[in-house]
Amino acid sequence: MVSGKRIFSDFKVFSRGYLRNKFGLFFGLIFPVILILIFGAIFSGGSSGTVNVYAQNQDTGPFASPQMDIASKFLTALNDSGTIKVITVDASENFSQYLADHSSSDGIIIPANFSANYLAGRQVNMTVYGNPASSSSGIVSGTVNGYANYFNLNYFQRKYSDTTPAIIGITSATVNTQQTNYIDFLIPGLIGFSILTSPMFSLVNISSEYKKTKLFKQLSLTPLTKIEWLTSKVIWYIVLTIAGFLLMVGVGVFAFGAHVNLAIGLIPFLILGPMLFAALGMLVGTVTKSPETAGVIGNIVTFPMMFLAGTFFPISTMPAYLQTFAHVLPLFYIVEGLNNVMVYGNIPGALIDMAVVLVITAVIFVAAVKLFKWRED
Amino acid sequence: MLPIEVTSLKKHYGDLKAVDGISFTVKEGEVFGLLGPNGAGKTTCIEIMEGLRERDGGEVKVLGLDPWKNGYQLHQKIGVIPQDFTFFEKTTPREAIIYYADLFNVKVDPDMILREVLLEDSAKVHFDNLSGGQKQKTGLALSLVNSPELLFLDEPTTGLDPNARRAIWEVIRGLKAKGKTIILTTHYLDEAQQLCDRVAIMNHGKIVAMGTSEEIIQQHGSGERLEIHGSEKLADYIKANTDLQVDYNAARGEIIIPLKKRIDALAALAAAEQSGMDWGEIQTRQDSLDDVFIRLVSGAEINSDETEAKPNDRRRR
Ligand SMILES: Nc1ncnc2c1ncn2[C@@H]1O[C@H](COP(=O)(O)OP(=O)(O)OP(=O)(O)O)[C@@H](O)[C@H]1O
Ligand SMILES: [Mg+2]
Repeated sequence: MVSGKRIFSDFKVFSRGYLRNKFGLFFGLIFPVILILIFGAIFSGGSSGTVNVYAQNQDTGPFASPQMDIASKFLTALNDSGTIKVITVDASENFSQYLADHSSSDGIIIPANFSANYLAGRQVNMTVYGNPASSSSGIVSGTVNGYANYFNLNYFQRKYSDTTPAIIGITSATVNTQQTNYIDFLIPGLIGFSILTSPMFSLVNISSEYKKTKLFKQLSLTPLTKIEWLTSKVIWYIVLTIAGFLLMVGVGVFAFGAHVNLAIGLIPFLILGPMLFAALGMLVGTVTKSPETAGVIGNIVTFPMMFLAGTFFPISTMPAYLQTFAHVLPLFYIVEGLNNVMVYGNIPGALIDMAVVLVITAVIFVAAVKLFKWRED
Repeated sequence: MLPIEVTSLKKHYGDLKAVDGISFTVKEGEVFGLLGPNGAGKTTCIEIMEGLRERDGGEVKVLGLDPWKNGYQLHQKIGVIPQDFTFFEKTTPREAIIYYADLFNVKVDPDMILREVLLEDSAKVHFDNLSGGQKQKTGLALSLVNSPELLFLDEPTTGLDPNARRAIWEVIRGLKAKGKTIILTTHYLDEAQQLCDRVAIMNHGKIVAMGTSEEIIQQHGSGERLEIHGSEKLADYIKANTDLQVDYNAARGEIIIPLKKRIDALAALAAAEQSGMDWGEIQTRQDSLDDVFIRLVSGAEINSDETEAKPNDRRRR
């Protein structure tokens, strides 16, 4: 009964129309990325993302070879940590005055002959400026300490055990503690957000408009069936969701250094999610009489999910009754599942979410197809 | 088997009887016109035959199928232009034809169809940028994709320029020549006379006249009559001196003599000449389909002015 060829030709026409309509593309792809940029930017200054650190390198050499310039290596290592961003300050500046002028409390001074002393195994101290009350200072001192330890160990390892391999576990990762940052959490949340909004709003709109303009009647005169029609929409929104997913993860990782765990377990959510909300949108458009009512009902269904399903904030930060409420929202299980896979690597947890989403999707999809009428009575 | 057999078809919306017990058949290869004022029930009737609406009573067989129950099967074999045809906004007529061909799993040359309905120039324009007439032509083009044996064209030429209208007439004549059966609604009576083998005039959900346009004119028209421009005195003179029925239209200064036989005109004119009075233009006239249509439709309207005002208003909302 169901014909792949018809689904494909409907898919072609629909996706082409979608791409020609700049508006849909904006909401489907660009808008979620903008959200990531905005929220990422707002929240990354605090406990997550990179912290700006001013560094004055007074160790000007001379170095027998660039290899010997340990001071520069140290600063480069800090900068590459992803946690802090090193801004070099000319050696001639008065450093504390410079920090004050730049409204910053975070800075490092590397003293003269730092490299020479290090290579000779002589103790050498650097100065780390910080404000104990600021969380960014905590990150700076933590990171600098970590790298200092690393360089220390590296020195001893080279000195006393030329033949033994590196001490296991002592790598730069010790500094980059795998704490979950807000951005890490935000990416699955916003992916969930776009899985919800893009198919949902679109299908509410299309299905009620097509009913009003009698386009459905028209399609009913062709061999295309309701299931085929809905399936082609679902496929399109899966494509769009995956494209949006890659974009958002890309932006999150490259712009904000998010930690994302990409696993196979994501795929069911990226497929079931669009299917669920496309069908739900269709259902809303089907049971309402006019595009106007459909819009209103669509919003009533969508808005609580947009904000309360763990999209922008973890539901653990919400009051208990809202947490309970979140558990009746289908999107909650998608966002939780995405978090389980992408952030915590908790696959058994994700499997439970997957099962819940599968059941909800099946029920809604069947209901939408059953209640959806091409023709009037 | 007749392509269309409709018996006592009924459809009501609340108290409104949109289709009120109509019966007709359409023969294979026939072009059948449904005429009637706005709200007469033409679209309702057509959509029931297409299987788009469920009927409340009566029997309908289209190509031997019950259109409501066997719609999916039926739709493979029919072509339809709905009234107020619309399509996906960002799709061009050419893409639409290819889409339909894919859905129906048939091979067609889209450019040929576009040429046939005079739409080549707008083949690549998005549907929402097409003019009303071009949209209509897109509808006609799509109805042809599956080479249907039976076509339902609901006001296919409404809103078209005279040239485009004639082009569509040509398409319809071409289809007829290929032996297709066509049901057509129109508000243009000349179009009906040009294209249709038979017409049915609907009013308030009922068929008030049916047959070839000549038959309808004969049955419901006033027949041939002689009109003489002249005075009432002359009218009285003719009446007194012949055994003809003589009416006088004072407003137009016209003597009207219905002719049972054509030769009666001679007697009337002889009497006029005999009278010695002045008389002007003479002509013989017959009711056109327009005259009959107006008489049939407005006659019914006068009787039920009140009840009919409502549904007509509702359409205009
Ligand atoms: N879905 C509906 N609900 C309520 N009333 C309807 C519905 N469809 C049609 N009607 C009513 O049925 C009557 C017949 O409508 P229909 O569309 O068949 O007229 P029509 O002859 O096609 O008119 P037109 O020439 O203006 O297209 C109208 O009075 C209309 O208001
Ligand atoms: Mg109509």
